[in-house]
Amino acid sequence: MNTAIISLVIMGAVALVFGIIIALAYSKFKVEVDPRVEEIFEILPGVNCGACGYPGCQNYAEAVASGAAPPNKCTVGGPEVAAKVAAIMGLEAGEVERKVAKVLCIGDREKSVWTADYDGPQTCAAAHVAGGAGKACSYGCLGFGDCVEACPFDAIHMNDKGIPVVDEEKCTGCGLCAEACPRDIIVIEPIEKRTYVFCRSHDTPKRSREVCSVSCIACGICVRLAPEGLKMEDNLAVVIDPEKVTDQAIAKCPTKVLFRMEP
Amino acid sequence: MIELRMRRGVHPPEGKLSASSPIQEFPLPRQVIIPFSQHAGKPATPLVKKRQKVKTGEKIGEASGFISAPVHSSVTGTIKALETVLLPNGSSALAAIISVEGEDDWAEPTWPVKELSELTPDDLRKIAKEAGIVGLGGAVFPTSVKISPPKEYPIDSVIVNGAECEPYLTSDHRLMLEHTEEIFQAAQLLKMTVGAKRGYIAIEDNKRDAAEAFEKLAKGMPDWEVVLLKTRYPQGAEKSLIKVILGREVPVGGLPFHVGALVQNVGTLYAIYEAAANGIPLIKRVVTVTGEGVEKPSNFMTRIGTSAKELLTAAGAPLDEAAKIIFGGPMMGMAVKSPDIPVLKSTSGILVLTSAKKRKVFPCLYCGKCVYACPLKITTTRLVKYIQAGMWDQAKAFGLFNCMECGVCSYVCPANIPLVHWIRYGKFMVRMMEAKS
Repeated sequence: MNTAIISLVIMGAVALVFGIIIALAYSKFKVEVDPRVEEIFEILPGVNCGACGYPGCQNYAEAVASGAAPPNKCTVGGPEVAAKVAAIMGLEAGEVERKVAKVLCIGDREKSVWTADYDGPQTCAAAHVAGGAGKACSYGCLGFGDCVEACPFDAIHMNDKGIPVVDEEKCTGCGLCAEACPRDIIVIEPIEKRTYVFCRSHDTPKRSREVCSVSCIACGICVRLAPEGLKMEDNLAVVIDPEKVTDQAIAKCPTKVLFRMEP
Repeated sequence: MIELRMRRGVHPPEGKLSASSPIQEFPLPRQVIIPFSQHAGKPATPLVKKRQKVKTGEKIGEASGFISAPVHSSVTGTIKALETVLLPNGSSALAAIISVEGEDDWAEPTWPVKELSELTPDDLRKIAKEAGIVGLGGAVFPTSVKISPPKEYPIDSVIVNGAECEPYLTSDHRLMLEHTEEIFQAAQLLKMTVGAKRGYIAIEDNKRDAAEAFEKLAKGMPDWEVVLLKTRYPQGAEKSLIKVILGREVPVGGLPFHVGALVQNVGTLYAIYEAAANGIPLIKRVVTVTGEGVEKPSNFMTRIGTSAKELLTAAGAPLDEAAKIIFGGPMMGMAVKSPDIPVLKSTSGILVLTSAKKRKVFPCLYCGKCVYACPLKITTTRLVKYIQAGMWDQAKAFGLFNCMECGVCSYVCPANIPLVHWIRYGKFMVRMMEAKS
């Protein structure tokens, strides 16, 4: 009985002393945190995707609170989050440009030429280092779905012919799929921009024609018909201004790689 | 002659079917395809246009930087086209397609051709640079860079690499037997160029005849030593040879000059001799055409750019029966789907196999065979696990970039795990992420 009381008293005293030390230390070394950081962090979606340019939501919240970042950088949260964050900061939300991922290759298994069998690790990057898993085009989509793996929002899926399709409802434009793609086929651009040359091949016209039926063969017809809308860059036509790409240019593309995406 | 052996590594069946067939001059093809990127470093800049006439040995691509090499036309003819073509490693590169018109009309060499005894170190560096000479052992690293080490790293030993540890390949073996003197002369030039005190000629003991031929030449020369190595793969890798012969370890990320050594393949030495003595740039090389799927395993002195298909036809390979065609040796070579690929500076052999098994991959057994076999002492089991898990920092700490991709680990793995492929994937991912961030 006696022992129990003694130990209780001693332990209690020790706890009290340490408690006081911690309390003193807390008041002495207290780090001033902007309470707004916590508030903003609560509002942010918390996926840590990095689309805002900061490593995670916490870092972005800190940056906004300190005034280093504008409130409209979170593409995942969209205008709603931007409005709330702006309200906390007492700022104008500004426009949130909605961006989504676009896959600039339509050379699926049926339309492109495959020259070898591949049975190594089933990822695009591993296939790419093994000479492209037998896909003759060295710029086109390999179809193993590294982008699908990378997407935290379940917004990109492989179709049955081995080309990823973006679900624009779910896509937040975070860019993780574009980062995962070893061939840089995916771009993150404003959702309103619909007109693209859906090919990334810089091969010579002859080779492009040989390896894929839906490749840009650098014929230059579109550039001639809409010189302000497109330009030729190293054997590949690139859309510079979608507004200026005429219907005629789209209709005349011999391989049908220049078109407007369905909304 | 001294005898040494490598620790670790493996000893696969040698399969040197073509060892007894002398080098035959391969007839001029009708057309050659010469890619501008046949070396480590930046591709050469094209100097020619379509429909232009070129002579044999004429420079058609200029080196575009310090680590780069020029490219020469291997025939006399007309440039038919400049096009992207498929290379053995599956990538594609710009190439000149030249249709051959008649016998050779030799272009004047762009370097002075003198008596070998009058050559100075600077002359030799110029020759290596101008003649487009690259390491013919497989890495195709520009020789001019290799023989111009920084001043603070004096080179004391030159090693002539005649190990040829890859199974099946015999191009170096035949070259050593038939051109012993030329190789030895080039080796002496090289030793003079870098100012080394000692020279070693390293040959594996399955080529004892070549070692004896060199022993005869080196007799009475106290600064040259023939080293007979017990056959082991990957002993012919530069870093393995330095470790075995000199007992020095090249630091991680370092080059042989960091430990005062210079290693040159015998094929490269022969190319240096041809350039220095006869004014012929690197436009041909010995290619071994071998394997169970070849009727007459042969060694051909082939013009760069000749289609592999022609070589295979000449050696009697029924292509429809071939299960696998490999550019290079079985350990480090690249399997190709179609033989319509040109012979490059790096093509030491073409291997045709009649049976190729698709092996089922099992999970790792942690038996540690790969770890014991790795010549660079990498803990392959852990490294590949980290790569598969995407833990790049740990993978780097476990020696991701030390790996030279010799293939020993994949060879010994009882679970058939494509370890080298995973490591190459890991290297690619780390480089890609570093480039994108």
